[in-house]
Amino acid sequence: MTEIMNGSHTAGDPVLRVTDLKMHFPVRSKGLFPKTIGQVKAVDGVSFDVQPGETLGLVGESGCGKSTTGRTALRLLEPTSGKVEMDGIDVTRMSAKDMVPLRRKAAMIFQDPYNALNPRHTVGAIIGAPFAVQGVEPAGGVRAAVRDLMDRVGLNPEHYNRYPAEFSGGQRQRIGIARAVALRPHFIVCDEPVSALDVSIQAQVINLLRDLQDDFGIAYLFVAHDLAVVRQISHRVAVMYLGHVMELTSREELYARPLHPYTHALLSAIPVPDPRAQKNREHILLSGDLPSPVNPPSGCVFHTRCFVAQDICKVDKPVIREFEPGHQVACHFPITEYLGSTPIVGPDPGLTAESELEGMQDGDPMEQAGDADLIHEPGTNYTDGTDSLIDPGPGLWR
Amino acid sequence: MSTIVTSSALPAGADDEEITGRSLRQIVWSRLRRDKTAMVCLVILILLYLVAIFAPVITSLLGVDPYSFDGDSISDSGGGPVGPWGGISSEHPLGVEWGTGRDILAQLLYGLRISLLIATTATILTTFIGTTLGIISGYAGGKTDAIIGRTMDLILAFPFLLIILALSGVLTQRLTQLGVPDGNPSRILYLIIVLSFFGWPYLARIVRGQVLSVREREFVEAAVAMGAGRPRILFKEILPNLWAPILVYATLTLPTYVGTEAALSFLGIGVLPPDTSFGGMLGNSVSYFSVVPSYLFIPGTVLVILVVTFNLVGDAVRDALDPRAGRV
Repeated sequence: MTEIMNGSHTAGDPVLRVTDLKMHFPVRSKGLFPKTIGQVKAVDGVSFDVQPGETLGLVGESGCGKSTTGRTALRLLEPTSGKVEMDGIDVTRMSAKDMVPLRRKAAMIFQDPYNALNPRHTVGAIIGAPFAVQGVEPAGGVRAAVRDLMDRVGLNPEHYNRYPAEFSGGQRQRIGIARAVALRPHFIVCDEPVSALDVSIQAQVINLLRDLQDDFGIAYLFVAHDLAVVRQISHRVAVMYLGHVMELTSREELYARPLHPYTHALLSAIPVPDPRAQKNREHILLSGDLPSPVNPPSGCVFHTRCFVAQDICKVDKPVIREFEPGHQVACHFPITEYLGSTPIVGPDPGLTAESELEGMQDGDPMEQAGDADLIHEPGTNYTDGTDSLIDPGPGLWR
Repeated sequence: MSTIVTSSALPAGADDEEITGRSLRQIVWSRLRRDKTAMVCLVILILLYLVAIFAPVITSLLGVDPYSFDGDSISDSGGGPVGPWGGISSEHPLGVEWGTGRDILAQLLYGLRISLLIATTATILTTFIGTTLGIISGYAGGKTDAIIGRTMDLILAFPFLLIILALSGVLTQRLTQLGVPDGNPSRILYLIIVLSFFGWPYLARIVRGQVLSVREREFVEAAVAMGAGRPRILFKEILPNLWAPILVYATLTLPTYVGTEAALSFLGIGVLPPDTSFGGMLGNSVSYFSVVPSYLFIPGTVLVILVVTFNLVGDAVRDALDPRAGRV
């Protein structure tokens, strides 16, 4: 395989920059003459950038707009407002035709490996599609390139003429990955690429994504709801809630010193492998459901479920700011200390009562969360699973 | 429809060597070949088409022809066939026509020829128009969908039979003016045009509905993400997922068109005598059914064979194309 589309990239320029991105879907009334009666504010003012070769994790609960953000960043959806730049080129309002040459710089890996592959195309046709669409003729021919890619992602090149139906979920996801990296894009939007796979396969796929990143220098925008998975692969993590980025910082910072109350709540929800530790942990239970993005709360969108919210949060929307160098947060009252000693009072105290009743026998669980040896630098071995908040899965941690 | 059992799924551990390097058509064919019912039906269908194409050769070999009258084989009093079973004899293997003594086998072969010509061409046209407009309508949505949708509603709302009867004279004349030979060629062309024109909306609706579900699947989005243009998305990504309903519809439409053409011939806008169509024979035979049932049964049986084999072959082809989905 020859390197395709390289060299045009200048160091330091983000491969993807999103500025104040908004994606509002109109809600139309039924009937003969539909009228727009509201807006689903799926993404409401999101800014971030992705540096070359970097993985930016995008986490949040279902419906928070993380997938929409990923799709809008690839211009699969027309953003309502804001700016999307690929390799420094503003593509926000670029026509579909003008986008075509830029499409080889960006790719997407989808959540559902059953839907993302055309059941009528052979694996060879699926992986070779980017070459055909972009009119790229790799050295040695498309067929050889596809076989090479199949080998690279751990598929048997002999299966060139098989159909997706003949493969397992993990293998299909590898097919999707091979298609995504076929043209050696600068960045790939991974939309929950492992959430449909079982845990052992998740580890393999994440390792594959990481190897490909090392080999080809691809940047990922990694959308996931699973904090443990995001932790495996991300260099930086953005936490989203109801269309807003709440916190954006390096992986180490986020898991060791979270600032936003929502991040605290998310981290406390990760189960630990030790049942006793799990039982005695302090859980921050958020009351209520995610508010409707059609009619988001005033002020800070999180104030309805926040356990440190005060009056100002209901009226004044916090702007995302650099609280510490490299650590952005959108909160009036970032929580800098660990929550173990702080009594947690949610809007509905009944929901947190259980954890209070259980008491804290084995020391302070949130302190464990901040424990220095919890954050493993790449290269260290993962040995102590019991006191960790996160189970990285077998053989995953490097 | 649901009686055949197919062995379309490839065994999981099938030999890699065998699978590598085979095209889709080869794979489908190998699956089809294992389906005995399909193979029998396919042979029957091919035979019917061959018989239709080589009708002049076959009739001359048998020494019969559809045009010459045979006064000896009909009774002088009523014009009814002489002999049992509609005048079956060594000269006329399937008997003779009431009143004229024309050979029924020869008429059947020539009729099959015209019926299959009209039905096949009209089915191909219907499928082509219906599929294209259905895909565009389903994928484009919005105004395009509305325009195509209302056009389909309009055509479906037409009193089909009345319009065909009313337009028959004018349009066949117009076709003649455009250079189509007068008489049966322009009448046949007229039938093909009207059958296709009034037939495509049914298929287009089915296709549109399928497209609405297929276009939401992520492989379409994947194609957009890699920069594929609309033609590629419509005809390379979406269309291959629609072959099952299209094939099933086409195989059901073809025998229907044979019947419709028969009805139209009966009403006097089909082919003119002395030529006869397959359906025209059925129309003629009705008057003599109580006396000479074989005149109705012979073309009727061929029609049933045609319809059943087409359906079974359609089913089998779909199974072979689609090892993933079971029967719909």
